[in-house]
Amino acid sequence: MAKRDLISMEDLSRDQVELLLDTAESFLPVLERDIKKVPTLRGRTIINLFWEASTRTSSSFDLAAKRLSADTLGLKAKGSAVEKGESLKDTAITLSAYGPDIIVMRHPSAGACQVLSANTEASVINAGDGKHQHPTQCLLDLFSLRQTFGRDLSGMKIWIVGDILHSRVARSDIMGFQMLGMDVTLAAPPTMMPRGIEEMGVSVEYDLGRLKEADVIYLLRIQQERIKAGANFLPSLREYSRLFGITTARLQPHQRVMHPGPINRGVEIGADIADDDENLIAHQVFSGLAVRMAILYRTVVGYSDVSSGGEVL
Amino acid sequence: MERTWSRPGPALDLLLKGGRVVDPGEGIDEVQDVLIRKGKVAELGTSLEAPGGVREVDARGLLVLPGFVDLHTHLRTPGREDEEDLATGTRAAAAGGYVAVFGMANTDPVVDTAALLSGLIERARREAVVPAGFFAAVSRGLAGEQLTEMAELAEAGAVGFSDDGQPLATAQLVRRALQYVKLTDRFVAVHAEDASLVRGGQMHEGPVSARLGLGGMPSIAESIDVQRVLEVVAYEDGRVHLCHLSAAASLEHLERAKKAGVRVTAEVTPHHLTMTDDEVASLESTLKMNPPLREESDRAALVKALKSGLVDCVATDHAPHAPEEKDVPFEEAPFGTTGLETAFAALYTGLVKKRALPLATLVARMSAGPAAIAGIDSPAVRAGARADLCVVDPEAVWTVARDGFQSRSSNSAWLGRKLTGRVRLTVAAGRLAWEADA
Repeated sequence: MAKRDLISMEDLSRDQVELLLDTAESFLPVLERDIKKVPTLRGRTIINLFWEASTRTSSSFDLAAKRLSADTLGLKAKGSAVEKGESLKDTAITLSAYGPDIIVMRHPSAGACQVLSANTEASVINAGDGKHQHPTQCLLDLFSLRQTFGRDLSGMKIWIVGDILHSRVARSDIMGFQMLGMDVTLAAPPTMMPRGIEEMGVSVEYDLGRLKEADVIYLLRIQQERIKAGANFLPSLREYSRLFGITTARLQPHQRVMHPGPINRGVEIGADIADDDENLIAHQVFSGLAVRMAILYRTVVGYSDVSSGGEVL
Repeated sequence: MERTWSRPGPALDLLLKGGRVVDPGEGIDEVQDVLIRKGKVAELGTSLEAPGGVREVDARGLLVLPGFVDLHTHLRTPGREDEEDLATGTRAAAAGGYVAVFGMANTDPVVDTAALLSGLIERARREAVVPAGFFAAVSRGLAGEQLTEMAELAEAGAVGFSDDGQPLATAQLVRRALQYVKLTDRFVAVHAEDASLVRGGQMHEGPVSARLGLGGMPSIAESIDVQRVLEVVAYEDGRVHLCHLSAAASLEHLERAKKAGVRVTAEVTPHHLTMTDDEVASLESTLKMNPPLREESDRAALVKALKSGLVDCVATDHAPHAPEEKDVPFEEAPFGTTGLETAFAALYTGLVKKRALPLATLVARMSAGPAAIAGIDSPAVRAGARADLCVVDPEAVWTVARDGFQSRSSNSAWLGRKLTGRVRLTVAAGRLAWEADA
C-alpha cells in the first residue's frame, strides 16, 4: 500500500477532510476524561522534526501522539546533526532506520517535505514548509469553525487579513475554506498581496471598507522583519495597525475573529479583541490537539472506513 | 583566429547512406548519400559507393544535419570538475549532436585573465572531444567593478565576454564594456536581470508562485534590464548578445531595437521554449532555473520569435550541479538544468512534431545561427566543408533517465519525460565524436 503523506491541502478530498473532522470530534470525549489516553497507536513510532521555531504545532503534535499511546521522538535543528551540516536527505535516511510510521516536519523551505518523503518509508505530515503550506493548521481552523457554526459552513464569508504574501497558513486556509464552500476574501496592503492570487478564486481587497460583510475575520501575524530597511513591505507597524489592525471599533457584533498565533497585540489585533472570550483563538489551540490526533490516526489506519462515520473508539 | 580547441584524433572516413539531409544553409532537404573522406565532406550524391576500406552507415530513415553549436554552456572547469569537466561536458555535447560549445566564465576561479584562459585552452586541446571555446568575464572576478583585460583575452582566444550568472552590475559597467570591447572584434553577452527585483526569488512571479508561496521573479526583472542594456548599446553603437531571454516583454524591446538597426543578437533555451511555470508545482528542484520557467504567453512568444528570426539562436544554458546540491528542498536548490543531451529532442518533440516550428528552422537556429554570432564557420553538409554534422533518428522514442547521461551531472529538467528524436552519430571537426550503441 502506498504511504499516505499530508503535504498540502490538495492531498485531501472533501470527503477525507470531513472524515478527519468527524474523527477529531470523536476524540473530544477522550480529552475530557481523567485519563486522557487511548491505546490506538500503541507500538507506533512518530518522529517530530522541527527545523523552525514552533510552540503550538510542535507541542500539540507531541501531545497528540502521546494521547494515542505512540512512541514519540522530537528533534530540533538546534543541537542536532543539522548544525553539523547534515543534509535533509541524510537526516531522513538516518531517522528511517528506526522504522517510524510517521514523520511530522516543520521546515523553513518549500519542497522539504518532498525531499523527506522521497527518502523515507514513513508517512510525512507537513507541519509548515516555508511559505508553501500548513495543512494541519487549516484542518484545525476548519474544526473550530465547525464546532462554532455547525457542520455546514457553505456560503459563510471569511476574510483573511494580513501578510498573505509570506503566509503558508493563508494558502492552506484558502484551499480548505473553499473546499467546505466558504467565500474567501483576502485583505492586505498591495505589497503583501501575491500577484496572481485571485486565480485561486478569492476576492482581493486593499482596505477594510467592506469588512462588515464578513462573518469571520482571520488575522495573520505581521512579522517585525517586514519593516526592515530594504524589504519595503511596510513603512511601519503603526501605519499597518492604523489601516488593517482589527479592533472592537471595526467589528460588528456577530463577527468572530481567528488567528493562528502567535499574536502581536496592538499590531494586527487590538488587545481588547485578544482578551475577548468571543474570539476563537483559544478554541483554535484546543482544536489543534484533537485534530492532530485525528490526522495521526487517519495517517496510520487510512481513510477508507467512511461508512463508520469516523467512529474510532 | 581560432576560437575552439579539441583533442586530436584520426580524420574520419565514412559513407552515410540514404539519410535525409536537411541543411537550410545549403538549401537542401532531400535524401542524399554523404561521403566523408579525411574529415571532410567529399561528396553528396544519390548512389555513392563506399571506397575500399571506408565504413558505410545505413542512414535510411535518419536525418543528416549540420552539427549544432552551443553559445551558452557551463563547463564548470576550472573549479567544479566534480560537476563537469571538459571531457564529460564535450562528450555530453557530442551525444546531443553539438560540434562546438562555448563555456561561460563564471567558474572558480573566474576566467578573467589570459593566463587562466590559456590554461583552459590547453586542457581543451587534451580533453575536449568536440571543439570547445570560452567566454572571458567582463569584470574581474565577476565583481561588477573593474574591466578585464579584454584585448589580451581576445588575443588569447576568448570568443566573447560575459558576466553570465549575474547581470552587469551598473549601467556604467555596461557602457564601459561596450566601449572597450571595440578594441577587439568580439562581443559582450549579457545576462539581463534587475537584481533588486528578484531578491529572494525562486520562480516566475504569477498565479503559480502565488499559490505555491514561492518568492517571485517577475518578468519585468528581465525586460527592464534588456531595455537598459539596449539603450546603452544604441547610444554607444555597440554590439551585444542577450542570453537566455524568457519574457515576452523582453522580445518587444528586442524587436524595437533590431528595427532601429541596433546590433543585437539573442538566444533562447530549450526549457523556456517547451515548459512553463505550471510544471514547478511538483517542487522538483530540477525545474528551478534562472531565468525561471514563465507563463504560456511568454513561451508562445519565444517560439514565435525563434521562428521569425527575431531571436537568432537556441542555447542550452547547460548548468550541471552535483546531486548533493540539487537533492535538497526546492527553495534551497541552486538554479540550473543540464541541456546539451536533450536540446534537439526536446525541441523536436515539443515544437517540430507539434508543427510549431519547421525542422529546417530549428536546424538553422541550432547551427548556423549561433555559429555566426560566435564568429566560427557554419557547420554545413557541403562538399569540401569540414565534416561537422550529426545523424538523428527522428522516430526514436526514449525516456530521459538519471543514469543515461554523458554529462557528469544529471540535474535535467526532462528527467522522466518521454522525448522523440535521438542523436545516433556526431562528427565534429572531421572526427567521430559520438556514436550511440546500436
